[in-house]
Amino acid sequence: MAMETILGIKGPDFVMLASDTMQAKSLVFMKDDQSKIHRLSDFNMMATVGDGGDTIQFTDFISKNLHLYKISHGYHLSAKSAAHFTRKTLADYIRTNTRYQVAMLLAGYDAVEGPDLHYIDSYGAAQSINHAGHGWGSMFCGSILQRYWNSKLSQEDAYSLMKKCVLEIQRRLIINQRNFEVYVVDSKGMRKMEAINPGSLNKESISLSW
Amino acid sequence: MSILAYNGGCVVAMRGKDCVAIATDHRFGIQAQTISTDFKKVFHIGPRMFLGLTGLQTDILTVRDRLMFRKNLYETRENREMCPKPFSAMMSSFLYEHRFGPYFIEPVVAGLDPKTMEPFICNMDLIGCPNAPDDFVVAGTCAEQLYGMCETLWKPDLEPDQLFEVIAQSIVNAFDRDAMSGWGATVYIIEKDKITERTLKTRMD
Repeated sequence: MAMETILGIKGPDFVMLASDTMQAKSLVFMKDDQSKIHRLSDFNMMATVGDGGDTIQFTDFISKNLHLYKISHGYHLSAKSAAHFTRKTLADYIRTNTRYQVAMLLAGYDAVEGPDLHYIDSYGAAQSINHAGHGWGSMFCGSILQRYWNSKLSQEDAYSLMKKCVLEIQRRLIINQRNFEVYVVDSKGMRKMEAINPGSLNKESISLSW
Repeated sequence: MSILAYNGGCVVAMRGKDCVAIATDHRFGIQAQTISTDFKKVFHIGPRMFLGLTGLQTDILTVRDRLMFRKNLYETRENREMCPKPFSAMMSSFLYEHRFGPYFIEPVVAGLDPKTMEPFICNMDLIGCPNAPDDFVVAGTCAEQLYGMCETLWKPDLEPDQLFEVIAQSIVNAFDRDAMSGWGATVYIIEKDKITERTLKTRMD
């Protein structure tokens, strides 16, 4: 399982993605501003974890192909169609000797189909889902998301839910993931939200001695 | 651990009197972790034909897509509906084409022959060895439990409502003894003039 963490929450008219910004090489912390959420098209984004080179290579492959589709057909693919294309690409690759070691969350908003969040693993298993995560950090978030998620969640609620998850990761996970960036996609497109890090959380809530 | 039990899940199909039933659980997991509880492994692929696929989820989706492609091509070429029997034969040869690099799935087909309305059920192993008995077929991580339940509850010539009760009790009590399957179930009863879909509320643990 990946050392990095990505999380996704679907609301009634938006999808929110969060990812840590850590890049580590073996035991060494290399970089604390490595973006793992990539823009695929105006209304689609993808958060990826896995082998360093593969995540960049694979996300680029997908985003360039979606862009090509938009140019040649005159309209962009919905999140569902983009997820199908991504899944198919991964599923074809697992039976070659150069497979991509990437797991991802694909989020998108479509005027007709609405918001959509897809969980895709490195085998190409895919499922549309309300809340999801990848990586070790997500092991602490399943129960939080299950408890607090509801179908009428507002963007503010989703952001504070994301904060709850990050808090739990920083409190319990031994891997040091200090900074989480947050993106949201809705009818107005994709935009960045305020990052979640110890600066935006109070010290007492991260502390284990209460 | 077997790759067939990586995502979990189960499917069962039964023959009744002029009807067939097929049931699926709703779990999609990665080993012991449950990811989703609304993944139905049974697909409506013809007016009176259903295909259930258990095993590796990525291969469930791939095989479903590739079989639909072949079936649609057949129906366009022949200009008629595909019957369950030739569909199973086609699936068998499709799976055997991948004999030395198989798709990790165990399929179940259930349907009525469009001409004779004869009930048909069939299952296969991952390389396409077919088995079409006249009682029931099972697949998935709780196949053993399903055999036990079906063997106990099933009898010949069940009416549609009796068949629903038998298949529902079989799948629910089988997957309650399996951590990899469960989290709700759906039962489809196929009769010559109607298809009934019922969702079962089950233990969610």
